[in-house]
Amino acid sequence: MAERERRLVPRGRGVFVPRSQVMSASDVRRALVRMAHEVVERNHGVSELVLVGLQTGGVPLAEQMVAVLEEMEQEPVPLGTLDVAFYRDDVGIRPVVPQAPTSMPCDLAGRSVVLVDDVLFTGRTIRAALNALGDYGRPRAVQLAVVVDRGHRELPIRPDFVGKNLPTRRDEMVDVSEDGVTLGDVVIR
Amino acid sequence: MDPSTTVIAGKSSLRNLLSVNDLGADGLHEMMRITDFFAEVSARPIPKVPVLRGKTIACAFFENSTRTRLSFEAAAKRLSADTMSFGVSGSSISKGESFKDTIMTIDSLGADAIVVRHPSAGAANQVARWVSKPVVNAGDGSHEHPTQALLDCYTIREALKEKSLSGLRIAVVGDLSHSRVARSNVLAMSAMGAVVTLVAPRTLWPASLDGWPVHEITCDLDPILAHTDLVYLLRLQVERGAGGLLPSLREYTATYGLTARRAAMMPKGALVMHPGPVNRGVEMSSEVAEMPTTLVGHQVANGVLVRMAVLYYLLAGPEGVDAMDVSRDASVLSDAESASLVALDG
Repeated sequence: MAERERRLVPRGRGVFVPRSQVMSASDVRRALVRMAHEVVERNHGVSELVLVGLQTGGVPLAEQMVAVLEEMEQEPVPLGTLDVAFYRDDVGIRPVVPQAPTSMPCDLAGRSVVLVDDVLFTGRTIRAALNALGDYGRPRAVQLAVVVDRGHRELPIRPDFVGKNLPTRRDEMVDVSEDGVTLGDVVIR
Repeated sequence: MDPSTTVIAGKSSLRNLLSVNDLGADGLHEMMRITDFFAEVSARPIPKVPVLRGKTIACAFFENSTRTRLSFEAAAKRLSADTMSFGVSGSSISKGESFKDTIMTIDSLGADAIVVRHPSAGAANQVARWVSKPVVNAGDGSHEHPTQALLDCYTIREALKEKSLSGLRIAVVGDLSHSRVARSNVLAMSAMGAVVTLVAPRTLWPASLDGWPVHEITCDLDPILAHTDLVYLLRLQVERGAGGLLPSLREYTATYGLTARRAAMMPKGALVMHPGPVNRGVEMSSEVAEMPTTLVGHQVANGVLVRMAVLYYLLAGPEGVDAMDVSRDASVLSDAESASLVALDG
């Protein structure tokens, strides 16, 4: 599941029961290729583009998308990583500790940024990411690419590029890994 | 106290930072790891994050300090916290208000964490007993100065580009009997794997080596320099009476001062550190102070980063807090977030 969801779950209190595989690994791959095409189309190429993967679930996906973009356009695409822990709105409600490094390859001023994440859920992570990006300069535009949009937004945030719209119940969990996307339940012991 | 603070405060595995021993080896490494994140934050065009917005950090300094106090204030501000500062001169201490009353006043004014520096050993522990908020020891007499040890270990780790200090041969030289920096540093350096030798004139040895995890203690600096990767010079604490225990400052400098001649006896690339303020010409010569392997400037710069990590860790919640316990207070979370707070095998 999305790494940030996983972190909300205490250890040893229950089990994740996968119910159905929603996307196979190759489905995810195909979705990323399609989204890469959409990104190029929307931005008329890749110059002035920066991809930023959200730690930790979005980073491998952003890496794959950069590879596809570079292959397509024969031009280097800068890749950044962002951990939004310091910008979350739940600091003080639960422990928020950064997991993995943030690095920005260049000044974002005047560039178009594509945020890449695995699952879009409440939108709170993206809100935090938007605030964080503002501290690295003033991007010309920020777009959002996600592999799965599972709904239940709590903020006025929508993705620009979506791998799959996946209707879910709030208490379900969406697992995105190298093996693809799995929808499942959590059963408390 | 607002409910969000109680949630974290009640579950935090590290409530206060009073001694390096509160952290242990794992805690030290975790603190270094978090400091790396703040190093990245501080390198940005806008070196400030909103993580402690709305929190107030009180710096209660009952003893003079430039760098520690400024560095705690800078750290708090880069985390977007508000600061309250207190110094002995110009406060009601000069009207006779007691230490406890002063602390309780600061507490009542709504500080979310209290940073204490005091000339008496154990003062910060005492404050931690009086108030229910996180307390950071910023130096208590000749006892401990844990954030100094953290910043020194972080500086060494940065200079070596290694995560641990494993096998590093460190000589801590100077006023051991009065130095809180020495005690905290020896605890931290040893916990991170360094082999520490203490060097001082016999009159400045600590009363006992109980609780000092050191390899050896000696009076002679010259013979060990060739086998030392890092010399950590302590400031001669004349204000705590070190002057009376030495025949003269000149004799101390002749025997223990790090001169260019002594620096040349150390292995190539060996490092020199000093907690500051440096008495040039006493603990080290001006040439040594200017060497590229002398890390004093890095120590000061890293002080802010490490203190950001400490304040952040104490106020925004450490790793390992049981999410299930937090979820009992989940009324403040949104529905979707509460729903996701269910159990799962890690």
